[in-house]
Parts: sequence; C-alpha cells; structure tokens
Amino acid sequence: MKVREIVKKYEGKRENLLQILHEIQDSDPQNYISKANITVLSEEMRIPLSDITGTASFYSMFSFQPRGKYIIRVCASPPCHIMGSETIFEVISRELQVQKGETTTDGLFTLEETSCLGVCSVAPAVMINDTVYGYLTAEKIKNIIEQIKKKEGK
Amino acid sequence: MTDKNIAQILVGIDSNTVLSGARQVKTKLITELSSHELSEQIKVIETGSIGPTNQGVVLGVFPGGEMYANITEDDIEEFIQEKFIKGRTYQKRLMPETLPDELRLLEYDSRKTQHYGRIVLNNCGRISPDDINEYIGVGGYEALGLVLQEKSPEEIIEIIKESGLRGRGGAGFPTGLKWSFTFGEKKYPKYVICNADEGEPGTFKDRLIMEGDPHKIIEAMTIAGYAVEAEFGYIYIRGEYKLSIERLQTAIKQAKEMGLLGKDIFGSGFNFNIKIKIGAGSYVCGEETALLSSMEGYRGEPRVKPPYPAQKGFLQQPTLINNVETLANVPSIILNGVEWFRRFGTENMPGTKVYTVLGHVNRPGLIEVPIGITLREIIYDYAGGLSYGTFKMAQIGGTAGDILSEELLDTPLETQSLQELGHNLGSGALLIMNDAVSVSDFLASCMKFFVHESCGRCSICRIGTKHIYEAFKRLNKKEGYFDELENIQDVASILKLTAFCPLGQSIAQPVLSALKYFGDELREGINMEKKRKSPTREQNEKVVYYS
Repeated sequence: MKVREIVKKYEGKRENLLQILHEIQDSDPQNYISKANITVLSEEMRIPLSDITGTASFYSMFSFQPRGKYIIRVCASPPCHIMGSETIFEVISRELQVQKGETTTDGLFTLEETSCLGVCSVAPAVMINDTVYGYLTAEKIKNIIEQIKKKEGK
Repeated sequence: MTDKNIAQILVGIDSNTVLSGARQVKTKLITELSSHELSEQIKVIETGSIGPTNQGVVLGVFPGGEMYANITEDDIEEFIQEKFIKGRTYQKRLMPETLPDELRLLEYDSRKTQHYGRIVLNNCGRISPDDINEYIGVGGYEALGLVLQEKSPEEIIEIIKESGLRGRGGAGFPTGLKWSFTFGEKKYPKYVICNADEGEPGTFKDRLIMEGDPHKIIEAMTIAGYAVEAEFGYIYIRGEYKLSIERLQTAIKQAKEMGLLGKDIFGSGFNFNIKIKIGAGSYVCGEETALLSSMEGYRGEPRVKPPYPAQKGFLQQPTLINNVETLANVPSIILNGVEWFRRFGTENMPGTKVYTVLGHVNRPGLIEVPIGITLREIIYDYAGGLSYGTFKMAQIGGTAGDILSEELLDTPLETQSLQELGHNLGSGALLIMNDAVSVSDFLASCMKFFVHESCGRCSICRIGTKHIYEAFKRLNKKEGYFDELENIQDVASILKLTAFCPLGQSIAQPVLSALKYFGDELREGINMEKKRKSPTREQNEKVVYYS
C-alpha cells in the first residue's frame, strides 16, 4: 500500500511526520487524508491514532474531508481585507453555491479561506491549487472560474 | 560568456510577475530571438524580483541597464525589432524616468552605498537564482572560503558581535550573542535552522530573498554552521512558498555538486549539509520553539524557555535559529568588514532593513533602506505617496504590529525610538491605509486572523481573541456596549501580560495602539442606548467565590 511506501521513504522517523502527511494528502485523488490512511500510518509509525490526528489537525493545510479537484483558497488576511477580499469570497460562494469549507456537488471545487499567501502587493489574491491569482475583481474571478469549468468540460 | 554575446535580457520572475505572464514573456523572447537568429548573441536570463511589484513583467537590458515595465507577450516582436534590429530604445514600455534609483535595483551603484546601498538584496534582480556560477561571479561563496581558510569560529562570532547585527525576524535579538550561546554548548550534533516560516500577513521579504538569491542563504547557513560547530542545517519553509522551495532545492543541489556543501568543504575538513523542511500552514510556527516542535513532527506549540534552543533545541540538541533576512546579511559583513556595515543604519541597530510597503500607496513593493528612516520618507519618497485618499494610519510589522497614526509619521523606524513609545519594529511589513478604512473593521479583520491562528494552548489567547474580535465587530456595526472599549482594554492587557509565547503577547499590540490613537473614532461605534454590559464583564460579576 502507498502509505507504507511513503513511511519507508522517510525511514519512519517522527520528525518527518509533516512531510509524510503532505505526501499522503497529495497522493490522494480527493486531496485529503482519509481515516483508513491515517490508521495505517498510526500502525506503521507506532504512534497512537489520537496523537497523529491531533498533530495533523493542528495544521490548516491538512484536510480530513474529501475535497474537490480545485481548491480555491481566498486570502482573508488584513492586507487583502482592506483591498476587498470579502467581496471576492462572496462572489465565489454565490457562483459555486458553496459555503466556507464546502465542496461543489460535482466534486470540482472546494472553497477555503487561508491566511496570508505572501503576495500582498497584488491584493486581493486567491490561490487555486498551486497557482496564485492577484489584483482580483468580481469580474476577473468569475472569468477564472468559468475558464476552469470550460477546461473540465462542465 | 562567449565573444559572440553582445547583450543580455533579464526577466524578473517571482510569484508576482508570474501572475502577469512573466514565463510566457520569457518563452516568447527566446522564440522571437531565435527566429531572428539572435539566440547566440543575446542571452535571456531568468532572475528574481527586480523591484517594483505593480509594474507587471519587468525586463532589464544589459549593457546599459535599460528597464522596461508592463511588458506583455504582444510587445515582444516590436521590442526585439526596435531594440536589437534597429538599435534604439523601445519607448512604449520604457520604465518612467521618475522612478527613483532605489527602485531600479539593476542600477546598483557602489558609490551610492552610503545612502542607497543594498546588503540583503544586492543580487536580487541582478543574477539568475538558478545558476550557481552567476552567484559566484558576483563574489558569492568568497566569504565562505575566507572564513574556512583564515578564521576560527571565535573570530567569526566576534565579527558578527561587533557588527551589531540584530535579528530581523521581529524580536531584534543581537545575532552575535545568539551564535556565541550555541557555540558555547559542547554537545554534538548541533543544528543550524533557517526560519523561513514567514507567516506574518503583509510580510513577504523572505520569499523574495529566497526567490531572488537562494545561494546567499546557503552560504550564510554554512558560515553559521562553521561558527557554531554544527554539521547539519535545516530550512523550515512555509508550504505555500512553492517557488522558493524549488529554487532552494536547485541551489542546494548545485552547491553540493560544486563541493560547497557536503564533506570537507574547501579542503578545510568541515562538513555541512542542508535539508528543507516544509511547513503545513500554521502562523505560530514562526515562533522559534513552536518551529522546533513542528520540525520534530508534533503540534506546533511553543515550549517553555529556558532551556533556550541554544541549549536544547532540535531533538534536544544545541540549535541556532536565524531568520532569512538576518542570515542574508552575514556574507557581506564577513567580506566588507564591520566598519562598512556600521555605516548603515543607526548606532543601536546598524544595517539595512527590507520592508514590504503595501496598501493604498502608488508603488507597493519591496525596498531596502537604512534602519532609522522615517515612515513619512518611506511613504512619500519611496512608495510614491498615497494612491487615493489621505493618510490615516499605518500598521508596522505585520498583523501583530502596532497601528501608528499621522502624528508618528516622523518617528524613526528603529527599535529604540519605537520602544520608547511602547511600539515594536516587527517583521518589516508596512501596511499603509487611507481615510476610507474604518479602524474597527480593520481590527476585526486582524482579530479574525488571530482567532484562527491561536494555537489554543493558553485560554486567554484562545478565548480572548474571540472576545476582542466580536467586540470590534459590534463597534463596526455601531452596536457596541457602553463600556466596550474598557472591556477590550482589559482583555488585551491580560493577553499581553499572561500569554505564554511572544506571538500571543504581541496580539495586544494592534489592539492597544488602536485604542491609544483612535479611541475617539472607536467610541463612535458605541450605542449608548445599549446599557447591557458586554458578556465578559457581566460574567466577571456573576462569579461567586466560596470561602
């Protein structure tokens, strides 16, 4: 199984736990850490399940719910806030009919809020998977979502 | 460089310009040059941030140092025609002459060092971050060679101490002293950690340093490793910083191939290796003991100090933790000497500081200026003044930083003079806000951040941030209780006094400074009709003590 290989690659060391969790999450098509995987991980690393869950849930980049193919992270930190990030969030929420943390019914998008992305000079910004989009307006973000939908044939 | 090479085009590629299509521009440049059969003569070089961040894709052409801004793919054909076929300036996208020198990083001139010099960013936008030879070409790894062959660890620590370099991550602790603590512990192995977990909203200086000049960090960490007798280095970097991670990985690989990392560096018998650890989205991990917990694979919660990381750090071994910008100062200090370094900045805090200027200004972006310059100079001389509206307030040092009003525009940005007023310099973010921003709305957004990022260890931080957040939300809706401000003051003061880690304590900074300078405006959010006391105070009075 995949989890075992990942643990082996990192020599099963506790100090590599974050890296291991990152790889487990990235290798899952639904972009999350499943209950089954975390149980295997706990057995492989001989760390209690409660300890691993407690550690993983501390970090906001790990998810325990299945997520969409595209994860939209809207920056909610003050530099983006004063440039209107709330409006951007509302527009996406309305366009996709989802609330914070939810995934669209077609499994394409998950809407999340994030802390500073470090691209404050192009505020307001969102990160969709690994790509950052800046200088957003309501029009621009609608276009970006449309383009992704078109690419996915929906 | 071959004889055929007549010119170079530098394309600034960082997270900001990628958004404006920098990679497409670079590809188009290469195809267009080859269609004119100029590929041999004109080299296209990818470099880090060139400086301004709201100018789209920026190109620099050498020799000459002409700068072009807002270049798009469609301009390339005409640009090549004008510049290299007809041999004249491409006027359409030439960067305006009005742009001050300090923004034109490419025209770095050592004669101006006294006023406009750069220490940390001197290579950003000048060299290709993906090519170790370019870094070596501008004097890179010379400092490392020098210390390994001629200096003892004690001598290096003495140089850093004398230079007066202080940590640039926020706390401002003297760097030389920190090194000497780790050196003094005789327990091996020791570790050197570069803190690149830049989570403070509004701060992205470290990202641009790593994207523009990754080898400098590698070199500085190796010097630090030699000075404190450590053989292992780790860079703890935010998971969100994809480009920085890639460039650092390339840099480490190249340094290893050249023998500048690994075993027996420069034949000195000194071994040093660097690994990258990727974070997973947690603000509190920027605090050094929380960072250690996270690196060991635990929840990123701060630890009790003492023992300090110098005694019991990573895996309970002596550890040195420095911020990216602090480390980036080290090679220049070694090469140019203490006297040179002390010419910059103030007596108490020599050197330069990299600021990220943001918000309602005409030229948001990255600047490196001598420490001690005032906020007014930064806003009006460097950032081109306010983009619209008039100046209302500035938050210095990120979201946990102080909010300064107009009357403080002329205070030097330097630890000592700010501390006399009860403020901190912080991490280098300068968020400038105009009169359209409401203080209560802005603070509610700051507190929302802390509600999410509080690690939950101390109840005052976990619960107190929520109380303050809700209080500011009420004030923003003009529904505040009549004693709302006193209530906020109470919670914030307790937070400052009793929170466990420095990050928790610093949450009180924006709140208390806003109450100090904008109390009148906040008071307008109070609804005097609303006599009911706010929940926290009411609860206080309901407590029954049994004796």
